[in-house]
Amino acid sequence: MSKEKQPKIGVFVCHCGVNIGAVVNVPEVVEYAKTLPNVAYAEGNLYTCSSEGLSKMKEAIKKYGLTQVVVASCTPRTHEPLFRGACEEAGLNKYLFHMANIREHCSWVHPKEQEKATQKAKEIVRMAAAKAALLEPQTEPEIDVLPSALVIGGGISGMSAAISLAHQGFSVHIVEKKDVLGGKLNELHKLYPVNKQSSEVVEEFIQAVKSNPKITLHTSSTVKNVDGFIGNFKVTLDQNGKEKAIDVGTVILATGAEVLEPNGKYCYGEDPNVITQFELERVMKEGKLKKPKNVVMIQCVGAREDKEGGRNYCSRICCAMAVKNALEIRELYPDSEVTVLYRDMQTYGKDFEEYYQKAREQFVQFIRFDAENPPEVIIKSKGEYSVRVEDILINDTVDLDADLIVLSTPLVQTEEAKELSKMLKVPLGADGFFLEAHVKLRPVDFATEGIFVCGTAHSPKTISESIAQAYAAASRAGIPMALKRVRTEAITSIIDEDLCTGCGTCIKLCPYSAIRKNERGIATVNDVLCKGCGVCAASCPEKAITMRHFSDKQVLAEATAALGGA
Amino acid sequence: MSNSVLIVGGGIAGIQASLDLANRGAKVYLVEKTPSIGGRMAQLDKTFPTLDCSICILAPKMIECFRHPNISMLTYSEVKEVSGKEGHFVVKVLQKPRYVTADKCTGCSTCMEKCPVKTPNEFDMGLGNRKAIYMPFKQAVPLVATIDPGNCLYFTKGVCKVCQKVCPSNAVDFEQKPKEVKLNVSSIILATGFDTFNPSVMKEYGYGRFKNVIHSMEFERLICASGPTEGHLVRPSDHKEPKNIVFVQCVGSRSQRGEFPYCSSVCCVYATKESILVKDHMPNTEVYIMYIDMRAVGKGFQEFVDKAKKEYNVNYIKAHPGGISEDPKTQNLQVYYEDIKACEMRKLDADMVVLCPALIPKEDNKKLAEATGAELDEYGFFRPKNPLTAPVDTNVPGIYICGYCQSPKDIPESVAQASGAAARAAETIAEVSEEA
Repeated sequence: MSKEKQPKIGVFVCHCGVNIGAVVNVPEVVEYAKTLPNVAYAEGNLYTCSSEGLSKMKEAIKKYGLTQVVVASCTPRTHEPLFRGACEEAGLNKYLFHMANIREHCSWVHPKEQEKATQKAKEIVRMAAAKAALLEPQTEPEIDVLPSALVIGGGISGMSAAISLAHQGFSVHIVEKKDVLGGKLNELHKLYPVNKQSSEVVEEFIQAVKSNPKITLHTSSTVKNVDGFIGNFKVTLDQNGKEKAIDVGTVILATGAEVLEPNGKYCYGEDPNVITQFELERVMKEGKLKKPKNVVMIQCVGAREDKEGGRNYCSRICCAMAVKNALEIRELYPDSEVTVLYRDMQTYGKDFEEYYQKAREQFVQFIRFDAENPPEVIIKSKGEYSVRVEDILINDTVDLDADLIVLSTPLVQTEEAKELSKMLKVPLGADGFFLEAHVKLRPVDFATEGIFVCGTAHSPKTISESIAQAYAAASRAGIPMALKRVRTEAITSIIDEDLCTGCGTCIKLCPYSAIRKNERGIATVNDVLCKGCGVCAASCPEKAITMRHFSDKQVLAEATAALGGA
Repeated sequence: MSNSVLIVGGGIAGIQASLDLANRGAKVYLVEKTPSIGGRMAQLDKTFPTLDCSICILAPKMIECFRHPNISMLTYSEVKEVSGKEGHFVVKVLQKPRYVTADKCTGCSTCMEKCPVKTPNEFDMGLGNRKAIYMPFKQAVPLVATIDPGNCLYFTKGVCKVCQKVCPSNAVDFEQKPKEVKLNVSSIILATGFDTFNPSVMKEYGYGRFKNVIHSMEFERLICASGPTEGHLVRPSDHKEPKNIVFVQCVGSRSQRGEFPYCSSVCCVYATKESILVKDHMPNTEVYIMYIDMRAVGKGFQEFVDKAKKEYNVNYIKAHPGGISEDPKTQNLQVYYEDIKACEMRKLDADMVVLCPALIPKEDNKKLAEATGAELDEYGFFRPKNPLTAPVDTNVPGIYICGYCQSPKDIPESVAQASGAAARAAETIAEVSEEA
């Protein structure tokens, strides 16, 4: 870049329909933009992001020989890639684009102060133009992607993801901590709505995994360490104390979930016939369910409540599971009475709702209680209980005799997942489950590239939902592997070797472990690992670190413009 | 072509499947029946549980489809015929005439300003008007005008042609004819979405008779800044702000008397979202949600309902109203329901009632099922090959399903399932290329 060359900035101010246009006087902002230093062209658009708006931007770049572009519109989170793409199509490096947010930062928050909002929009544009004048082209390094994936967890989700990836043509490593595949499904009895034994379903998947030459199985193994980045993760496995090293291009987390132990609740642990829904599954699976006279199932034990070690989320699967097991018991022992105590029946969708109706037809009794007024279990004698519940539908207290009490407790995050979260630097949400990149639109991605999540490690879900999500993770992981190459972040830090004293402050602070000391004791940055967060640049006592695209000079120019300077 | 895929339906599921496949290098044909992609999500104001502006997070994906070198969009088009088998499907698609040349139209909307014919806008659920030449919404992709021949004066009476005269790009072409396009694809993904059950069938709720009884999709357009009232939530009868709003759940869904027995899966939480939006717009308006079971089963949903209760003071009433009556003078409403705690019938005054109707499969699924051989279930949803272990496969190898047309589900699940269907289609591509 030559310093003598005068920048020619183009400014495009978006009405965003009425979102900006009804508050901010856009034509006035456009006229103002034209008066700013280095601005060679300015125009207003109804929607700069529309195909029309984009083609006008591209035309202007060519026609006026623009060297930098500013769009004053909405948020870069959603729209920056689009505008950058348009710049690239017009032959401009995409880092010569800068966005000014006059919607979220202006029109939306000042809807009643139109004049002041217009003034503020002008100031935001002034800041953006000041920074834009100093923007420089950047390059995104390209890296190779190994066509192999690591799937952590050999349950139904992990197996489904692995099978799909193998069919897509990639090699897959499954790591399973137990000596068998199948995960939680190994504890289940029959599965709805296919009326098959869980073991039969699991066996089909295990066969598909074992017969596929592209899948390598590591049972009795855990992940000890993961280094590297998308395209080239270096994984160390621990198999019965022996270390194994594998290299993969992508990682899928399918670590599953655990069942919350309802310790202390409803006499659980005090008497052998108070069990959890999963324990009932196991008893039935082993064919050891003795004929009960009266079964009482209690829903939302430790779920949808944030007191006494409970979880405030709904665990999604427990109502359908209770309905299934209630029907199963009625079929096995038609004389046994089954009562389900619930707050809201979560039999959503098509199949579960039908199943719930079937249970009512089969004389399973459903009693509704209020969260404020939970049921009470009293041990009369060993194996004999009395359950008192306030039935809110008849507004009366009901006393039930029971000789088997089944508690539906929620699925919760596993300890291994918490460790993996730290190891792979991917976040957990407030509910303890892995937190995806975007709740609505990126349900299996992480902000960190090359790592994906599926199944109950993401949140409680059914088997078919887990399988669909596992395929989703396989699709997302398959994209970089099919392309064989990915581009990584251009906004990384640069270390001035003449200024660096090797004090190591940045190395300690870097959250991505992207900085190491070289043989001369000077800090060096791994561009692929660096996410451009800027912590190192802010903390370097020698000011030896500069952020690409966010240099001190650029940031200061923006700040000076904010204060009215040029 | 062995690496090409046909995707039917341009809603969020179809868009996600298209992008996943195109981004890995496959060639995608995205067929959409209406003039623009975007589907239902484009009509929503905000989305739960994050309260993201729906079109704001969707529009970048719509544009990405439009700009993607590997995606050919066939909007205003319908699948007519499918033959062949996995790896080698031959598909005939009918492109309906827009009477506007897409390459020439710049989306400037001059024609729409001058067109003299006003007709209810489907995108706004008929609450606002569009012209006979129109773009369904401002962020439509592609941003190309379409003439609706059923309302156009030239097509109905042989006069006018104003649009043609004012078009600066000379894009209007009254002679345009339907065009048949033949595609060779290795697999097909069906993502046709849902329709809304017409609640006027349930006479006790007065929808269609009482002006201030609306349904939830209409509510979405009324509360949306790009809607017919620019986001001012007003009663249809007198354009006054409602002081009491009642949301009624399970209107035609979970029904044991002949409507739809299944649960639509999304209504409890979208009604919660809509209640929060009411409170955001008008903090002094009282909001009630009458429900059978509060089904907030997705990630972060129960927490969202808790927030509506605690932070927004939304009133949740366990009840399924028996009927609604109207005061003919004021057009105010009374909602009759059983107070289960007090064991008695009560009535609640409401300025506006929002019905949350069953969401139902598209009528067109029948034609698609016939053309493709993919089976439907008793309601008209596409039936998965195995409801437990093969959720995105159909009985026809190489034909996959995702989104609401497979069974009721919310946006994150539709997106996940769409990526899942894309993975299966990618498997087909890999297998076909191995054979070749």
